[in-house]
Amino acid sequence: MMAFQALLVRDMRLAFRAGGGASLAAAFFALVSALVPFGVGTDLVLLGRIAGGVLWVSAALAALLSLDRLFQADYEDGSLDVLMLSPLQLEGAAAAKILAHWLTTGLPLVVLSPVLGLLLNLPPPGYFALIGSLIIGTPALSGVGAIGAALTLSIRRGGLILALIVLPLITPALIFGAGAVMDALQGTGRGAFLFLAAFSVAAVALSPFAAAAAVRLNLGG
Amino acid sequence: MAVLSLVEVKNLTCERGGRRIFRDVSFAAATGQVLTLEGPNGAGKSSALRILAGFLPQAAGEIRMQMTAGYAVTDSEERGRLVGWIGHTDGVKAQLSVLENARFFAALYGARIDVTEVLNHVGLKRLIDLPAQYLSAGQRKRLGLARLILSNRPLWLLDEPLSSLDAAGRRLAAELIGEHCDDGGIVIVATHETLGLDATRFFLGNV
Repeated sequence: MMAFQALLVRDMRLAFRAGGGASLAAAFFALVSALVPFGVGTDLVLLGRIAGGVLWVSAALAALLSLDRLFQADYEDGSLDVLMLSPLQLEGAAAAKILAHWLTTGLPLVVLSPVLGLLLNLPPPGYFALIGSLIIGTPALSGVGAIGAALTLSIRRGGLILALIVLPLITPALIFGAGAVMDALQGTGRGAFLFLAAFSVAAVALSPFAAAAAVRLNLGG
Repeated sequence: MAVLSLVEVKNLTCERGGRRIFRDVSFAAATGQVLTLEGPNGAGKSSALRILAGFLPQAAGEIRMQMTAGYAVTDSEERGRLVGWIGHTDGVKAQLSVLENARFFAALYGARIDVTEVLNHVGLKRLIDLPAQYLSAGQRKRLGLARLILSNRPLWLLDEPLSSLDAAGRRLAAELIGEHCDDGGIVIVATHETLGLDATRFFLGNV
């Protein structure tokens, strides 16, 4: 447990240091969301209707931004060897890294989202659903993303391949996340929200095992 | 301290990228012993160490770690829990300070020794607050030695531990290895240089 905590604290610290992804992801999220009205135009009704989808797509892209270094940085500087020999099972190490990624990337996006919702003229009934769906859904982005990061850890400039692997896999989170916001706006029940929760639970529960297996596969080559 | 009595490698064969690096290699190291793996570039010294540590699967052969408690460890990841490691890469985070790096190692390996004392011992005390990215290669190696002490493992696998160390650093490394063996540990070193210690030499030739 001490080793888990040590790795969690180290990864969070690294995320806020130079070259870490925490503030970068938040800034990217804000920037992409703020750019959309420039492209779509100033039709406030239209903006309010697509706000949930726009914010969810931006959140997914922002989470991806810092994922490629999740295992690769440790692989390159030899930290992964150090981790492999620690009392912590590789699955536990992957879980700590996923949690650290979510706390430093996913959570700031959640905090930022109401402000950006305001910017996109999201109608008042949508805010609760927006924040709730991002809290429930962003862990899935970190989890599924970690699997992709582990698969591509030995590939130079693996970030692009990572995006190609991960983006199709997180489509369910996008559909149900944006759907949950839409449900709230139209008063059409909680179906999308429940599906999002189910997807997220499954992704978070399985991803440490899949990521650990992918790391082993890469090191054994 | 002596929890590990014997490391035994039998008929080990290593293949990487579809190419055979070495085959049918057998050696053993008992408690208190230093074993040096020697051989030309590409002979498979680093690969042998990575196989022993459990990072790489062997193509064939058997590795047994006989514990003094009577049982033997063969599983690759369980073997890793017995290993203190210095490899080609330092495992040091450039963005963290020397002390933060060392504290992380101590917490990760559950060390119960005073971290600053260990850093003092390896000659890094004055650099404690310096981000590791400003360390020289030799100073990074010293931080690796600190990790070796903090990991408190019976088997040390060292890949070129003397490279980029100055004269004092080499003496320190040799001293640490000597102390570890006196405590009943086992050290297997891949090196081109002489350690200045009483060591058994094993030569890995090309197949």
